[in-house]
Amino acid sequence: MLRAKNQERKSASLLIKGGHFIDPAAKINAPMDVLLRDGRVAEIALPNKVRGGADEKFDARGLIVSPGFIDLHVHLREPGQSYKETIATGTAAAAAGGFTSVCTMPNTAPVVDSAEWVAWLRHPERGAVVNVFPIAAATRSSRGTALTDFAALQKAGAVAVTDDGKPILDDEIMRAALRLGAELNLPVVQHAEDTRLTEGCSMHEGRTSFRLGLRGMSAAAEANIVDRDVHLAQQLRESRLHVAHISTSDALKAVRRGKRGKARVTCEVTPHHFTLLDEDVGEYNTNFKMNPPLRSASDREAILVALADGTVDAIATDHAPHATHEKEVEFERAAFGITGLETALALAITKLHREHKIPLMRIVELFTAGPARVFDFPGRGSLARGNVADVTIFDPKKRWTFEAGKSRSLSHNTPFDGWQFVGRVVATIVGGRVVYLVD
Amino acid sequence: MMHGLPSHAMNKPARGSLLGIEHLEDQEILGLLKLARRMNPLKARPLLRNKRIVLLFYEASTRTRSSFEIAATSLGAITTLVQSSGSSIEKGESLLDTGYTLRAVGADAIVIRHPAAGAPHLMAKHLDIPVINAGDGMHEHPSQALLDAFTILKHKKSFKGLQVAIIGDIFHSRVTRSNCHLLAKFGVKITLCGPPEFVPEVSATLAPGLRVSRHIEEALRGADVIMLLRLQKERLAGQKIRLQDYIARYQMTAARLKLARRDAIVMHPGPIIRGLELTAEVADGPQSAIIDEVHNGVPTRMAILARALGKAR
Repeated sequence: MLRAKNQERKSASLLIKGGHFIDPAAKINAPMDVLLRDGRVAEIALPNKVRGGADEKFDARGLIVSPGFIDLHVHLREPGQSYKETIATGTAAAAAGGFTSVCTMPNTAPVVDSAEWVAWLRHPERGAVVNVFPIAAATRSSRGTALTDFAALQKAGAVAVTDDGKPILDDEIMRAALRLGAELNLPVVQHAEDTRLTEGCSMHEGRTSFRLGLRGMSAAAEANIVDRDVHLAQQLRESRLHVAHISTSDALKAVRRGKRGKARVTCEVTPHHFTLLDEDVGEYNTNFKMNPPLRSASDREAILVALADGTVDAIATDHAPHATHEKEVEFERAAFGITGLETALALAITKLHREHKIPLMRIVELFTAGPARVFDFPGRGSLARGNVADVTIFDPKKRWTFEAGKSRSLSHNTPFDGWQFVGRVVATIVGGRVVYLVD
Repeated sequence: MMHGLPSHAMNKPARGSLLGIEHLEDQEILGLLKLARRMNPLKARPLLRNKRIVLLFYEASTRTRSSFEIAATSLGAITTLVQSSGSSIEKGESLLDTGYTLRAVGADAIVIRHPAAGAPHLMAKHLDIPVINAGDGMHEHPSQALLDAFTILKHKKSFKGLQVAIIGDIFHSRVTRSNCHLLAKFGVKITLCGPPEFVPEVSATLAPGLRVSRHIEEALRGADVIMLLRLQKERLAGQKIRLQDYIARYQMTAARLKLARRDAIVMHPGPIIRGLELTAEVADGPQSAIIDEVHNGVPTRMAILARALGKAR
């Protein structure tokens, strides 16, 4: 076993021995040894059959070895809101959650709508410990009126564009964004919410919102936008539409229709939406307030079906850190969002695998090959020979208790404080270097 | 933090808090009603002598504020009124910081009215003194439900077999939510009546024994108690509903009152708007218990305060 001091040292070669290897893109689910050398995958071989030598060895007996996890949706709060999170603290939390790559949302202060800000996010001075792939704003200042310079943003390193936090409501602007995205093969990510229907709303519309006297967001406010976007994507054949944090049964139906119609439509689901329900808000617990809100039991059922049947492409956390003073306020005034990087895998194994019997192969796919298909991450999402040496090693049987107070995130706004989980990340390797090793 | 507790401390509400009716035990409700019957504001014992009760009002109020104040002073307590205008709240102080401040100046209990649902719950989680909800957003108004129950029991022998019709803007009504929880606990059959904009189908899921009706005639038939709600004109903007249509379909008139049981009483949490949700004839008629309710507010709130400060003997 590697010692913690080795975390800081880049080893030229590392042999991961004795583990069970799951690489959904390569359709491998078997005991394999993995040799990493100079930041790349040098060899994948049957146990004890690796030919090359290694400077260091990692004993992975009893553990799953998989391609590094990719999170398509995180808020690291820089530039401008470093009291909530920084790229350094957010990526440390990502590493602890097994993520080797994260895609950052542009709704910062200022909004990431220029090539300069995209470059700033990727600068080594930010102190990222995992790969940071910026998603840039689709419209200037995310006001929804004038498109940004997609080509310049893409050249600077943006993997997609979005106005996340707000939807692009105007039909013509959305059409123009998809059309320009199609020319550049750049995905457009939509936060699907018809905000004309959700003003003053702080949770899902249903029995619980009525009981609590809170205005509710209807499921239709999400589904209507997804419906429209899928229609547009079907008309614009080469366009790439990605539906962020999909949360309702009707919106999933629209995505299915798009996929059947061969439109390039993808979607992601968050761990909290496949785990929790609107009624879990309890007596105004603001750590259960996020957007989209926790939904009804039938919506969650539809999400579980879609995760199992392949409709959903990726699990994404929507990691949204907020300071205590933004959450310890009246429910209607509290900020939307929860942290999620350190609990995502544990929730997937505890809920999806153990409770709902979704195979580990599929779960790993939702963290690796799935997200790797949604945006373009050359050399990532699979550990084929020559690919980037981003590896996640986890123990699918380990029981542990999550303590928010020990989180690596700057913020502790999680509904899962004190939850007992099965399944824990053991080590996270980025470019051949161990960036996280469990205590 | 000025209060010396970890900021994430999420404690149970202090004993004696009254945040809502929903989670109260039947026995607690009956105990409060029994205590209220023994409270006489004109011959009150100084049970709460030297206790400091802060009335923290973020919303306008006539009845609730004045009756809590009279209830408190009748029991010998000292009251202080803090309103959002003319206080640090105007300067942007958070709800919790206001709570910590009031605790630090020596408040023994806080009575709070707030436009946000759950505001009293937030305060109760962080303070070690009783918090009494005097109305939070569209959520609950527990002291109103208790005084309504008190009023019903003055006119009816018991809750057993009673039929209640609640007519009007249910969706926005915290009084209705509290009343439904309270009455349903005692097996009362409740009909919620109004157009879909005010009475969505989901309303019936609030408590057992609730049903929704769109026709006032149907709701009134056999009713022992009729509860009317103020039509909140300010909320009509943008709604499809027209005032004249509403009056035609749902106004409580003397003719419609005849559909209810002959000994039915008419209640209203106030303020009433004559000529809108009810006619003057009904408001002032022999079956009206509207002024009675206001009157009963004082002993009911005396009981609530006595319980809050451990003097419920």
